[in-house]
Amino acid sequence: MAEQKKGWFDVVKSSYVWKSVFRHEYQDTYRNRVLQVSSNVFLHLHPTKIRRHALRLRFTWCMGGITFLLFLILVVTGIILMFYYRPTGEYAYHDMKYLQFDVPFGMIMRNMHRWGAHAMVIAVWLHMFRVFMTGSYKPPREFNWVIGVNLLVMTLMLSFTGYLLPWDQLSIWAVTVGTNMGRATPVLGHEGPFADLVGVNARYDARALLTAGRLISPATLLRFYVLHCIFIPLIAAVLMIVHFWRVRKDGGISGPL
Amino acid sequence: MATTVPETSVAGANVAVKERAAQTERLTKLVPDKVHTWPYLVRLEMLVGTAVMAFMTLWSIVVDAPLEEPANPTKTPNPSKAPWYFLGLQEILVYFDPWFAGVVLPALIIVGLMVIPYVDINPKGNGYYCFKDRWFAISTFLFGFLVLWIVLIIMGTFIRGPGWYLFLPGQFWDVHKTVAITNVNWNEFFGLRGEPWQTILGLGSVVVWLVVLPAAYWKTQYKKSETLQKLGAVRYWLTAFLFMTMMGTVVKVVLRLALSIKYIWMGPYNFNI
Repeated sequence: MAEQKKGWFDVVKSSYVWKSVFRHEYQDTYRNRVLQVSSNVFLHLHPTKIRRHALRLRFTWCMGGITFLLFLILVVTGIILMFYYRPTGEYAYHDMKYLQFDVPFGMIMRNMHRWGAHAMVIAVWLHMFRVFMTGSYKPPREFNWVIGVNLLVMTLMLSFTGYLLPWDQLSIWAVTVGTNMGRATPVLGHEGPFADLVGVNARYDARALLTAGRLISPATLLRFYVLHCIFIPLIAAVLMIVHFWRVRKDGGISGPL
Repeated sequence: MATTVPETSVAGANVAVKERAAQTERLTKLVPDKVHTWPYLVRLEMLVGTAVMAFMTLWSIVVDAPLEEPANPTKTPNPSKAPWYFLGLQEILVYFDPWFAGVVLPALIIVGLMVIPYVDINPKGNGYYCFKDRWFAISTFLFGFLVLWIVLIIMGTFIRGPGWYLFLPGQFWDVHKTVAITNVNWNEFFGLRGEPWQTILGLGSVVVWLVVLPAAYWKTQYKKSETLQKLGAVRYWLTAFLFMTMMGTVVKVVLRLALSIKYIWMGPYNFNI
């Protein structure tokens, strides 16, 4: 490097601080290509090299990645919405109006959160469809498919619990229809088969556990809010960690053997 | 893998650009089936990610999320619909009691999806598209996915109106529409009322469907079919139960629509199928 005249950027790059952050050069060499991935905490989710067909959109549909991206979009927009939303019977609906008319960019954040949730459900389905069609659940990836099915359930649960939060007619009745199924649970629901044998009633059965009482009430709203913002995302995040990690451990993306 | 490649000690500003490119080219060829994640995959992810975010932004600018009147527990809308992705199950509610349509069937769908890798022991078709080598697996999955999931959701979303009656698209949603319920139970359909017919025909049909038919298939085909021999009894019965339950659901739907059958079997403790 000595012969060349040093520009200001070279000076910065040769500084102690810069070198403490970036461990390697940027030039397009074989070594740097590898280091670019392996020395970056986010990129090292990937292997340094991948099989050529993994780039083909016709094979991957990119749906797993899009699902993850949509999850991240939902986390970001969701956190922003949490600053303005109070999960109580008195305020929830008013805060929706507040977001809609008064909060700068409130409406677009809410729109993106809602449409993103719908898009994520579709993306998960398409991801599952693609994985099935390419037979990618076959050995050695059997268990990762099981994790994936659980992630599908988590996605639906996230979407369903979020459905109640606007606290309007659409949400309360959609959730009423959905949770009414709980009281028909065999043995554990008060209207289900064999309920008489156990002695469950409307106040103490599977549905009451889910909705915090006999009716969809502000207590349900709080329960769904906590499930939606903390409990299910945590479980989903743990499952995602296992899911991605196992993709690597099971030999990377599937392909002809 | 990358570890087998000798380290390029010359990586630095002194190497001419051309020489570096040639070197990268040469080292890349050591593993011809593979490409570098950087830049090829990262570049693609960046493009797709940008496109998705642009699309989401545009969608969110153009279309507003719905917000109806404040929640009112005393005012039930007609029809009351679950979120769209559950409308397939709500549609099944027409044909089955809630314990099955709302609880057991969804649970079986989830369990059924999870056991797929353990009952599908066909080694072919791993990691590529192919219909011929695994026609049964693909046909069954497509039937469940497209018919029992997508079509029912479309039905529930677009052609179910007040009272959960069928309305064609564009048809006026008359909230006073009534349809006379003329459904009869399976044994009554044959003019045989009460016990013991209810148990004989009702429970009998369920047992024939879930046990006798799969057993007959197993018995007659086992010697001829290499697949069945490899599958073994446990995997066969698991597959048969899930498959016959899925198909039985469809059969019940058809029986209701064509012959107005209410229950196949009215069991004890409201265990109605």
